[in-house]
Amino acid sequence: MEIAELQKKAKQIRRLIIQMLEKARSGHPGGSLSATDIMTCLFFKIMRHNAKEPQWPDRDRFHMSKGHCCPVWYAVLAESGYFPKEELWKLRCAGALLQGHPDVKVPGVEVASGSLGQGLSVSVGMSLAGKLDKKNYRVYCMLGDGEIQEGNVWEAAMAGAHFKCDNLCAILDYNGFQIDGPVEYVMGLEPVADKWKAFGWQVFVIDGHNISEILDAFEQVKQVKGKPSIIIANTTKGKNVSFMENVVDFHGRAPTKEEAEIALKELSDD
Amino acid sequence: MISDEKMYQRDVYGKTLVELGKQNENVVVLDADLSGSTRTSFFFREFPDRFFNFGVAEQNMMAAAAGLASCGKTVFASTFAMFATGRAWDQVRNSICYSGMNVKVVATHAGITVGPDGATHQALEDIALMRIIPNMTVIVPCDGPETRDAVLAAAVLKGPVYIRLGRSKFPTITNKEKFEIGKAYQLTQGEDITIFTCGYMVHAALIAQQELVKEGINCSVVNMHTIKPLDTGIIEQTAANSKGIIICEEHSVIGGLGCAIEGMLSKIAYKNKVSRIGVHNKFGQSGDPKDLLKIYNLQPQDIIESAREILKK
Repeated sequence: MEIAELQKKAKQIRRLIIQMLEKARSGHPGGSLSATDIMTCLFFKIMRHNAKEPQWPDRDRFHMSKGHCCPVWYAVLAESGYFPKEELWKLRCAGALLQGHPDVKVPGVEVASGSLGQGLSVSVGMSLAGKLDKKNYRVYCMLGDGEIQEGNVWEAAMAGAHFKCDNLCAILDYNGFQIDGPVEYVMGLEPVADKWKAFGWQVFVIDGHNISEILDAFEQVKQVKGKPSIIIANTTKGKNVSFMENVVDFHGRAPTKEEAEIALKELSDD
Repeated sequence: MISDEKMYQRDVYGKTLVELGKQNENVVVLDADLSGSTRTSFFFREFPDRFFNFGVAEQNMMAAAAGLASCGKTVFASTFAMFATGRAWDQVRNSICYSGMNVKVVATHAGITVGPDGATHQALEDIALMRIIPNMTVIVPCDGPETRDAVLAAAVLKGPVYIRLGRSKFPTITNKEKFEIGKAYQLTQGEDITIFTCGYMVHAALIAQQELVKEGINCSVVNMHTIKPLDTGIIEQTAANSKGIIICEEHSVIGGLGCAIEGMLSKIAYKNKVSRIGVHNKFGQSGDPKDLLKIYNLQPQDIIESAREILKK
């Protein structure tokens, strides 16, 4: 897929996020929309994966450590053909395939997430397994910015560097907001790039909505040897829906029917 | 009965890991800076490539264990019982058990027999913390040989297992039956008192049984090595045939083997006139609270039906 196509695809993914959350009447749009461009690049350009064979041993692994942002993951999985799109409209319903936080019933989900801070550790485990088995798959792990306040993340950061997990790439969706407010107000992270450097990671800082910057970073990551990489993606919470952008309320509130209509208009292809 | 031979369960654990490592190259072992004490160091010496020391970071170790298992590894993760089950409980629940990952949490230094290190290191709550998690199997071997049996059985069982081991040397019990997960057995037969026990307390129960015989009191000692799934058959059978019951375990009386058995006993004592309404060893799921209360049988109607059912008996 070329850049223009990826941009179009990202728009489509954003529409699916709005539609599924409006139907579910609960869920997390803000951090799903901020991660959309990165997720689109991963699933439609960067990662080796096969929806027809979700357990293909050589697949690249993806883990959504910030599990509450699963709507964007479900959207790219459905778009890739892992399960019928109709499942998206039953998100968060009793008995449905798609849970409010990801679990292993969903084809494409490797390990459940939702309790924050565990995903980078899970990804370190996947990275170690890949090295043991002499496989050349890569492991991608999406972290939230509020999430990295969890101590477990830094244990994993230490281990990733210690075990020289150069097949591991973390992505920090740095949208600057968490549920109680701006990250720097709740529990400041800065200087965040320096922290990861100090822990022994190769750090890339990019605009997380610029498709060519995203693709470029993922290509550069593949060249890094002997240590893990993190892409710190500066993003906008609620990206591309005017009334959601940088609005804390939309961290964990679904759009109403009326709001969804406006959002879908803003996200239409015309 | 009780032989003079005493063994460290953890020595047996380390040796059994080496045995497993030779048989199956998918076996990997993790530790959190206690490999000398847990004896996972035995495995490290034989298979350094398949051993990962996570340092003093149990949460990271447990979640990484889930990641390794998701890629087809049979993972043994060890540290002291306090840290395996306490510090990393969320990781064990959410990353390992909820996803049904093939991780064996084998914890040493459980119970009061940790000795001089004192309260912070004496896990007296670990059985409770592990048996409450859906998908988890919980085994408490009584001696060295049973430790080997339990580890080998856990290795072939797909899914999470918790094995509780001690720090001190345990006497060896000579008249054990063939080990099978979920199948308890009687070590002695006696019609007066039934003693349900596990782990270190098995030999204490046998000593007591031998003393009591001298007073004409006969005890059945039952080795309940698997706390979960519980062998309910043997409890019903032996409890019904005795005048009284003693449950002994090197663990808090809250939440351990005793609590697991008491549920059964109250059923027997009240002739099935006790009903438990609650979530029965399952994880939750997404949904409207009203729908979920229905699915999990937590509605007034469930209480009503239970009451009617009880009175019919």
